[in-house]
Amino acid sequence: MALSSRDDSFERVVLPHLDAAYNLARWLMRDADAAEDVVQEAMVRALSYFGGFKGINPRAWLLQIVRNTAYGSRALNRGAETVPIADDDTAPELASEADDPETALLRMRESRKVRELVAALPVELRETLVLREFEELSYKDIAEATQTPIGTVMSRLWRARQLLARAAQAEGLP
Amino acid sequence: MSDTRRHPTPGCDRVLLVQAELDGELDAAQAAALEAHRASCPICQAAQAELLRARALLRGEPYETTPEAVRARVMARLRQVEPHVASPPVRRWLWLRAPAAGFGLGAACAAAAVLAIVLPQRGDLVDAVVASHIRALQPGHLEDVASTDQHTVKPWFDGRLDYAPPVRDFVAEGYPLVGGRLDYLAGRPVAALVYRRDKHIIDLYVWPAAAGGRLAGETEVQGYNVVRWSDGGMNFWAVSDVERSQLDDFVALWRRAP
Repeated sequence: MALSSRDDSFERVVLPHLDAAYNLARWLMRDADAAEDVVQEAMVRALSYFGGFKGINPRAWLLQIVRNTAYGSRALNRGAETVPIADDDTAPELASEADDPETALLRMRESRKVRELVAALPVELRETLVLREFEELSYKDIAEATQTPIGTVMSRLWRARQLLARAAQAEGLP
Repeated sequence: MSDTRRHPTPGCDRVLLVQAELDGELDAAQAAALEAHRASCPICQAAQAELLRARALLRGEPYETTPEAVRARVMARLRQVEPHVASPPVRRWLWLRAPAAGFGLGAACAAAAVLAIVLPQRGDLVDAVVASHIRALQPGHLEDVASTDQHTVKPWFDGRLDYAPPVRDFVAEGYPLVGGRLDYLAGRPVAALVYRRDKHIIDLYVWPAAAGGRLAGETEVQGYNVVRWSDGGMNFWAVSDVERSQLDDFVALWRRAP
């Protein structure tokens, strides 16, 4: 099943998407430890289901497993108010080279706020937004990964973006 | 797209098409039809502005890349199920989303900005050392120079490091040196000396200690024992799955060595 000499091996087809799996789990679970538990479990499941994988988009397939694993986790909605993703000090802060320290600090604060706002979205809106904006999946792939009709994907995306834009405006973000 | 009308959004039922266009989901004919409508629909114009604002907010957000230690633990877990799973391509420090996503930083600038951020703190260093050890246990990764002769291993590091790590062999005591390799820890290239104890591997990482830095300690991570100490201006980290008492013996041999 997982012989590294074959081009369709688990290593070549699925493992390159480990970062995508972690990113989704991180945004869904909002907690590093819970995200790791979900990723561990999802990767083991992916390995055991891999023999039956016949799809054309392994990333959407893996993300579907991550998402289902996350939904099966009791930690999913725990700590919604207390552990927003932005409280994590290990999250990298990015600053453009051109920024002076003051601008860089401002950007850092804005970035923190944006992540808090995303983390505060209801989970079904959050996952749709993350799959589109971070994973850049097509509507069709999001529909497959979340086992949701395309129309629902579209309205969830709309709702997520609207909530985010309005909350940001209320917070005085640009 | 036929589903659109079943999910009406207050205002205009075409705002989801405005969104679909921004997401690159419309073909040319659909986009042209939408454009004709939008030109005279203030609701769709406002919707577009709001969608663009939401998108702009997220553009600079970093991707949550898998930490090295998590990656190592995932791989270890997979190997419990399927021992032959090899490692995926390592994407260290690839924090930024692809340039295609609209993030305007050049790769070099990104690397410079990120290097300063992700260098492991002391706690992370333990994870990094264990992850490095686990990676090295994969076939073909254990040593760059395979030799049981310390007089071969030591010169091999010359020109590859800006310091000369001490190299010793304890074959008589049951800890033969089997080789050395270069690794990257604590933000610098470091020497890894590889020893064997029966069927187990001990990695000893050696690099210059910061002035006045005298670390000493021991811990256990994911079933691997880690002992660290400083001596003669060098930091030493020994990592292995041998029993704790054996690793202590090994460390004692090192610390007693002239």
